[in-house]
Amino acid sequence: VQGPRGGVGGGNDFQWCFSQVKGAIDEDVAEADIISTVEFNCSGELLATGDKGGRVVIFQREQESKNRLLSRGEYNVYSTFQSHEPEFDYLKSLEIEEKINKIRWLPQQNAAHFLLSANDKTIKLWKISERDKRAEGYNLKDEDGRLRDQFRITTLRVPVLMPMDLMVEASPRRIFANAHTYHINSISVNSDYETYLSADDLRINLWHLEITDRSFNIVDIKPANMEELTEVITAAECHPHQCNVFVYSSSKGTIRLCDMRAAALCDRHSKFFEEPEDPSSRSFFSEIISSISDVKFSHSGRYMMTRDYLSVKVWDLNMENRPVETYQVHEYLRSKLCSLYENDCIFDKFECCWNGSDSAIMTGSYNNFFRMFDRNTRRDITLEASRENSKPRAMLKPRKVCTGGKRKKDEISVDSLDFNKKILHTAWHPKENVIAVAATNNLYIFQDKIN
Amino acid sequence: MGTGTGGDDSLYPIAVLIDELRNEDVQLRLNSIKKLSTIALALGVERTRTELLPFLTDTIYDEDEVLLALAEQLGSFTVLVGGPEFVHCLLPPLESLATVEETVVRDKAVESLRKISQEHSPVDLEVHFVPLVKRLASGDWFTSRTSACGLFGVCYPRVSSTVKAEIRQHFRTLCSDDTPMVRRAASSKLGEFAKVLELDYVKSDIIPLFTALASDEQDSVRLLAVEAGVSIAALLPQEDLEDLVMPTLRQAAEDKSWRVRYMVADKFSELQKAVGPEITKNDLVPAFQNLLKDCEAEVRTAAANKVKGEVLPEDSRETIIMTHILPCVKELVSDTNQHVKSALASVIMGLSTILGKDNTVEHLLPLFLVQLKDEYPEVRLNIISNLDCVNEVIGIRQLSQSLLPAIVELAEDAKWRVRLAIIEYMPLLAGQLGVEFFDEKLNSLCMAWLIDHVYAIREAATCNLMKLVEKFGAEWAQNTIVPKVLGMANDSNYLHRMTTLFCINALSEVCGQEITTKHMLPVVLKMSTDQVANVRFNVARCLQKIGPVLDSSALQAEVKPVLEKLATDQDMDVKYFALEAISGMYLFNLPTYIFSETFSFSSILFFFFSFSLSP
Repeated sequence: VQGPRGGVGGGNDFQWCFSQVKGAIDEDVAEADIISTVEFNCSGELLATGDKGGRVVIFQREQESKNRLLSRGEYNVYSTFQSHEPEFDYLKSLEIEEKINKIRWLPQQNAAHFLLSANDKTIKLWKISERDKRAEGYNLKDEDGRLRDQFRITTLRVPVLMPMDLMVEASPRRIFANAHTYHINSISVNSDYETYLSADDLRINLWHLEITDRSFNIVDIKPANMEELTEVITAAECHPHQCNVFVYSSSKGTIRLCDMRAAALCDRHSKFFEEPEDPSSRSFFSEIISSISDVKFSHSGRYMMTRDYLSVKVWDLNMENRPVETYQVHEYLRSKLCSLYENDCIFDKFECCWNGSDSAIMTGSYNNFFRMFDRNTRRDITLEASRENSKPRAMLKPRKVCTGGKRKKDEISVDSLDFNKKILHTAWHPKENVIAVAATNNLYIFQDKIN
Repeated sequence: MGTGTGGDDSLYPIAVLIDELRNEDVQLRLNSIKKLSTIALALGVERTRTELLPFLTDTIYDEDEVLLALAEQLGSFTVLVGGPEFVHCLLPPLESLATVEETVVRDKAVESLRKISQEHSPVDLEVHFVPLVKRLASGDWFTSRTSACGLFGVCYPRVSSTVKAEIRQHFRTLCSDDTPMVRRAASSKLGEFAKVLELDYVKSDIIPLFTALASDEQDSVRLLAVEAGVSIAALLPQEDLEDLVMPTLRQAAEDKSWRVRYMVADKFSELQKAVGPEITKNDLVPAFQNLLKDCEAEVRTAAANKVKGEVLPEDSRETIIMTHILPCVKELVSDTNQHVKSALASVIMGLSTILGKDNTVEHLLPLFLVQLKDEYPEVRLNIISNLDCVNEVIGIRQLSQSLLPAIVELAEDAKWRVRLAIIEYMPLLAGQLGVEFFDEKLNSLCMAWLIDHVYAIREAATCNLMKLVEKFGAEWAQNTIVPKVLGMANDSNYLHRMTTLFCINALSEVCGQEITTKHMLPVVLKMSTDQVANVRFNVARCLQKIGPVLDSSALQAEVKPVLEKLATDQDMDVKYFALEAISGMYLFNLPTYIFSETFSFSSILFFFFSFSLSP
């Protein structure tokens, strides 16, 4: 059910406004600074980003203050740490990049926060905790750190805890390594709060959060002969409520839903979601553009959304033969597939996300554009993450791409789109209309403004 | 010394310990925490209560291992805070430890809390302990609520009926908690809590909770309810079982989730014991048949492990197995999954003692034979390793015709771990098959392993020979194996020559002085001129080893000159081991300086290194 603040904005309900932009302004972008994943935690109070340099930056929302009336709580840096380092696999002569592929928050279990971060091979569990007390008083040293004469110790001192400036610590708690031969593309925490899955190109493993030395292989699509390989796993996710259900998508544009209750090995799926191909639109690129780059369950657990190169599809878990909704993200690129193939853009992995009430969805495009679709009104909007309108609370103007015919004022022609500026990673606050959009090395945060 | 200034040097070590509580080195902090009782003793009960414990309460930022040690220490701290009267002072630090995210630490804190709960007077329990349990039970985070689940059981029996009612209410709330973590904790403590409840409340409170947890939407919760069901069933009178517990258990045995069915299979023996013979016969046996035929291999494996039915009623055990279980077992023998077959192979032999000679020959023997020919070595091994059960009933000879090919095949398996496993069963097999059969069929295998290309196999083969001699005696050894072993001393491969020495090491003691002196010693001595240094220093080691078996005249006349010569060998390691042998056997009173520096550590390292390089 759509709340009063659902929807994609741009209509008469509300408008998206600029809130913040993080990251350097320089035109010259360091490779390591490119953001590779964005994720809100379960309450939305924290926002984590990972980058190609293996770093994780966590932003915390400031408490809303009464005296700054229009301030809606900005996100400020809370903790920054190096999650992964570049490594070298000596046995295979392979470099292992430090790039963070995915971050997933764990449900909060005490005052500290926990997240999983993964690069191509290794998953780490991080604890982010606060410390505001410090012990004081030594027996063998005085206040200035000078050693006391050991023979002058007449009484024993027990250290006393004194308040100190807040310190945020990030510490690695577990390292889940050596279980993936191929590159990890997804991690997903199970609703039983004790397991999570990790997927690479050919296999999906199930881990216990407290056990690092073994995991269970639940899906293995590696053929005995690698020459017979026809599809790879592109994404996987656990159902938000049913701890036994997970889905994985493939490069052939299909999604398999598996039930872990049925068998220990989930090589046989329970449901198979596939839309029959329209033979009239078949082309050389059909298979490439139908490859699914992301799959996400709705918060309700009733639907799932898949992103392929040109569209977003919403599937009802109870209907396998076709999606219930299909949204075109940038249909105007269909005529450009040839050049997109040549510059490798056709293999870009766009992600997608739901808003908190599942009434709207968001996904990225090129030229720093991102798209939102209102599932109820079927309205859609194209917005741009740009420094040009980065004044506080400046409204975001809807953008339009001109598709043939005469270009109207304010429209952009397809040919002038910048394909180097792509928005692959976006996140929507789980409860409010606050979105985080990663544009290369910059993180934009937008909020709604109710008219 | 040094007391003149008024200081007390006995305080110094304690002062160090206290300071190290916050040393940067985890190991030092850990050492300090482990000596917490020493610190507390020095501070006295008053300062321990007012200064040390408040400090410890806020130390929960530390590493898990430190926290774990702290949680453990506090469980036996009662005396150090002034006895049972003040035991409640320990609650704050344990309470904060009971909320950390690390399960091991939390569990240890709960364990310590349970321990000190017994030291609370009934009044203190209600004034201090129960409020703590309630605080944990209604905490914001699930970590504290999961910890609370383990504490209800210890305070319930010792509090007033009003508080009892509150405790029951809290437990009920946790059983329907939003987070599966808490429901799992509640589910796993349900059986324990039921045990301390009055029977009426078991029926009115626990049963509905059990039913609810057993049909929880998450299978991770449901599977834990199975175990609770076992405990609850044991508490209820027989006439109530049918109505109160059995419907839920039946449902669990047919659960959609294989993990729940697995739990039923895994807990099957306990379950039978808890519900008694009648229900077992009528209800559990059919359920068990289904588990043996389950579509999930994991479940069949768990069930296959239980086919012996140890707790079936004595009078009908044989009939039940013959009519209900055996037909399923027959199918399992040709199961598609190797783990199922191998689980079955490890228990199937045990059935023979229950079914007796005739049934075993008629029904079980064919199954054994099928499994002995199984494509997976693990299955065959499991059969062979359990041969003793069947030996008691029908004698192993019945099997020998099929046994032999199976053994030979395993003995030549391409995987050395399989070969290793079968070697370990050789002494057992030899004992059961008898010396004649052994000489005829198996002896050559045992000798062949001595020249295996994997060192671990050669080593195991050596040890195997010793065990065989223990079984068959020195005379047998002299006639059958000693000549072959000694023959290898002339082998062109130095690894085989060394095997001779290793065999002699192992065999000298069991073969006795005569054989050792007459047959083995000359060969060893002759090998002291071997051209390979590794052989020569092993001669030295061998001589040291067999020294105690030899008489002193042989030592002086034959061993000593050879060792002396080896002690002047050009090779450093040969020298080293020769000198070690000489000193080890007290042949001479050598000046100790010889051992001080000349033979450095590196030569020993080199020795191990060269050893590990041998194929």
